[in-house]
Amino acid sequence: MKLLEVNNLKTYFKTSKGMLKAVDDVSFDLEHGEALGLVGESGCGKTTSALSIARLLPKEGRIVGGQILLDGRDVIPAPESELRRRRWTDVSIIFQGAMNALNPVMTVGKQISEAIVLHENSSEADALHKTKGLLDLVEIPSDRYKHYPHEFSGGMKQRAMIAMALACDPKLIIGDEPTTALDVMIQAQILNLLERLRRELSMGMILITHDLAILGETCDKIAVMYAGKIVETGSVKDIFEDARHPYTKRLIGCFPNVKGPKVVPDGIEGFPPNLLDPPSGCAFHPRCEFACDICKIQMPESVNVGGKHVVACHLKEARQ
Amino acid sequence: MAKNDVKAKLRKRKIKAFVSQVLANKMALFGTVVLFLFILVAIFGPLLVPFSVLEFGEVEDMLNPPGPGHVLGTDDMGRDVLGYLIAGSRISLLVGALATGISMVIGTVIGIVSGYSGKAIDNVLMRITDFFLVIPWLPLMMVLAAILGTSIWNIIVVIGVTSWAGTARVVRSQTLSVRENQFVERTVSIGAGSGHIMLHHILPNVFPLVFANTILIAAAAITSETTLSFLGLGDPAHASWGMMLHYAFETGATSTGAWWYFLPPGLCVVAVVLAFTLMGYAFDEILNPKLKER
Amino acid sequence: MKDVREALVRVEGLKVHFQIREGFFSGLLSKEKKVVRAVDGVTFAIDQGEILSLVGESGSGKTTVGKTILQLVPPTEGVVVFDGAPVPQDREGLKAFRQNAQMIFQDPYQALNPRHYIIDIVAEPLDVAGLVKTAEEREQRVREALEQAGLTPADDYFYRYPYELSGGQRQRVVIAGALILGPRFIVADEPVSMLDASIRTGILKLMLHLRDTKGIAYLFITHDLSLAWLISDRIAIMYLGRIMEIGIADEIIKAGLHPYTQALMAIMPVPGQTREGERPVLEGETPNAAVEIMGCKFSSRCPRATERCRLEQPELMELSAGHSVACFPVQEEYKKNIENMTGERVNV
Repeated sequence: MKLLEVNNLKTYFKTSKGMLKAVDDVSFDLEHGEALGLVGESGCGKTTSALSIARLLPKEGRIVGGQILLDGRDVIPAPESELRRRRWTDVSIIFQGAMNALNPVMTVGKQISEAIVLHENSSEADALHKTKGLLDLVEIPSDRYKHYPHEFSGGMKQRAMIAMALACDPKLIIGDEPTTALDVMIQAQILNLLERLRRELSMGMILITHDLAILGETCDKIAVMYAGKIVETGSVKDIFEDARHPYTKRLIGCFPNVKGPKVVPDGIEGFPPNLLDPPSGCAFHPRCEFACDICKIQMPESVNVGGKHVVACHLKEARQ
Repeated sequence: MAKNDVKAKLRKRKIKAFVSQVLANKMALFGTVVLFLFILVAIFGPLLVPFSVLEFGEVEDMLNPPGPGHVLGTDDMGRDVLGYLIAGSRISLLVGALATGISMVIGTVIGIVSGYSGKAIDNVLMRITDFFLVIPWLPLMMVLAAILGTSIWNIIVVIGVTSWAGTARVVRSQTLSVRENQFVERTVSIGAGSGHIMLHHILPNVFPLVFANTILIAAAAITSETTLSFLGLGDPAHASWGMMLHYAFETGATSTGAWWYFLPPGLCVVAVVLAFTLMGYAFDEILNPKLKER
Repeated sequence: MKDVREALVRVEGLKVHFQIREGFFSGLLSKEKKVVRAVDGVTFAIDQGEILSLVGESGSGKTTVGKTILQLVPPTEGVVVFDGAPVPQDREGLKAFRQNAQMIFQDPYQALNPRHYIIDIVAEPLDVAGLVKTAEEREQRVREALEQAGLTPADDYFYRYPYELSGGQRQRVVIAGALILGPRFIVADEPVSMLDASIRTGILKLMLHLRDTKGIAYLFITHDLSLAWLISDRIAIMYLGRIMEIGIADEIIKAGLHPYTQALMAIMPVPGQTREGERPVLEGETPNAAVEIMGCKFSSRCPRATERCRLEQPELMELSAGHSVACFPVQEEYKKNIENMTGERVNV
């Protein structure tokens, strides 16, 4: 059985200016121990997808359609009490800048063990024992459990947050830009850690980022999102070496490659669409150099172009 | 000039948006309407009421309950209560507005200079502010009013100089946060001096706060004026609601059951203060730049 | 280094130390004041029309160097030479200098006053300097600056507020404001790090275009080595307030000599490239800048550190044309190679 199956997920936000279709008909899946990278520009719906899976949407947001199967069980109809319990044991999220969410007047160890006591009804002593084990796991010397957050560096705080996310042995861990605000060396340390944990604990991982460059060496497969929809998905190799969707191609081109020629790439003309009033047909057509008439009218179907490589584009070259 | 048209149009659109927000906010709407009525009455009321309010009446006109001729009855001197009330609204609102103006200017200048300059200047100004913040304002007002004499202008000045400390504190803390914005650093990097930055960058960004705060201070100023006058420190030459309450209390209207004498001025004070307070909170909500940003 | 022609901007032995206030009681107890050595002896030069990238992690002092050049932060030691003369400190002199040297900021959402129209934001340097007399002239100058920054038709932007624009457009407004006085040098502090990748390249292209057409020189401050390589002629790698290595961009990326540069290169993700095994990260963490380090700032994490590195601070040494490295093991290796080739002794 697959760890996670998201089928035709639709998450809309109610705003004063109308319905905002943040996630519109998104499907993907994840095996145990597999890592998926969700990439796209700001506002493309990648964070909303993650929040939907963890059922942590703000009150304006609502899942209006689709299925989220976690180990075969649909989490959408689950009541709030069950959700709260399962939020830590099934799915954990690490947010960007999560290290700032630590309570400054409580020791780091206490904050982690508190989470364990709350979710597992275990005794203080057991929780403390487990906390030390978790700190060990994320490479923080376990005798530092009695230190306060201000005595930790930024990288260590982020690792403490990862330890907290692991407190109840989740099956799926979602990192929402978990390394974005960190220095490159610390980013590399955190990515190493996440990969090792995934391997050793055979957790599923969804890595959400705007930085396509780090996905190649971190994930097994990649889903490219644009305007609330997945436009292309496939293995890392499919995406980087055989990208089909014009958006994917242009996005890859936007990242400097020191192994390539030293030319500033073209970027992508125009702006991401306003999701309150998305363009008709394929949402990318106003920015797409290959757009033809049908792109303006009809939303392209997703087509499998080999293996697990799926693309949603009308272009003949893209579909073959 | 076509450019000026564009500018005017944009400004108009901005004002329109503000007005529609006020209309949509029930608290703001209620406060504005009530206040607007009082201002109208204060301006045009004396034209409508034929009675000369400060003229004493005959003995049989004293302390008459409401009836024909005197809609709200008469006071112990035989004066028409409604006429007195309308005349009083002028003074009460005038004192409120002017005292608030003084308080706002002092508070804003001290708050911005203190917050932007920092260091020694900040320290000195804030200690002065603290002094004004913690001294019991009522006794101070009474002492000042007693020393300076009971004139309406003295009352305005006294209320103005004793009520700015809160504004200064609020403006200073907002200035501290505005100052950290990169656009301030950008302005320094193009060679602008402190005066330019305080006037063009800090002031526009703290102004909504000042505005909302000002309205709240106006409510306090009117209460202060009423209190001072009630305690007998008002200007007997100018009729105000506070003076009415003072006379009503002095002549024992409160104990003889002459409700038409003390109730109307009391209710007017309550209504105006409530209107100001509602508007203050509502404008704070509407103008708050953080809520407006996105 | 380059004696043929005087560089546009030259920074010599720049040090910026900040005193930090300690807690009230510990401040009473200890007489020693804590000093953060944000910049601790930095020397480099930028030619006219040249782009030099300053690459480092947060706390390396790269932004402080930029601000010190622009006289926004006073230096503790050292001089900034602009166009052959030290930057004047008097009012008039500073005013003239600021017309020539401008800054672009990291966060275009923060760098613009939300309550000002675009035209007033862009014209502000003119207003402050008192350079225009009529409204028409002011508009014309703003129009030119906006067009140079790629915002056309410029008139459409005049009476709009920053919040009505996208991030990329806002950054262009910041650039237009920097351009309006016709500067010869711009400090760009992480100008694209807040922007989406698809918009980034447009800003970079604009900066290059301005260099090519107007001969503007840039100090490009960034944490992203691949971005630095893409845009700049030369790269300087900073660590804890000192330059570790400086040289031609391609040479730094493809043949970096300093162990820190090599460590950064080893973990740099390349789009589409997979990685076998773990990233070769450096052990430990960057030391606190408030703690005084006797030897090389990098010695506590350096895989090649020797006894000498821990006791003595290495200076930059030019090993090939324009390529300088501050590292004893690298310098000694170079010396040995030369000796082997020529048979003569070389002093380091």
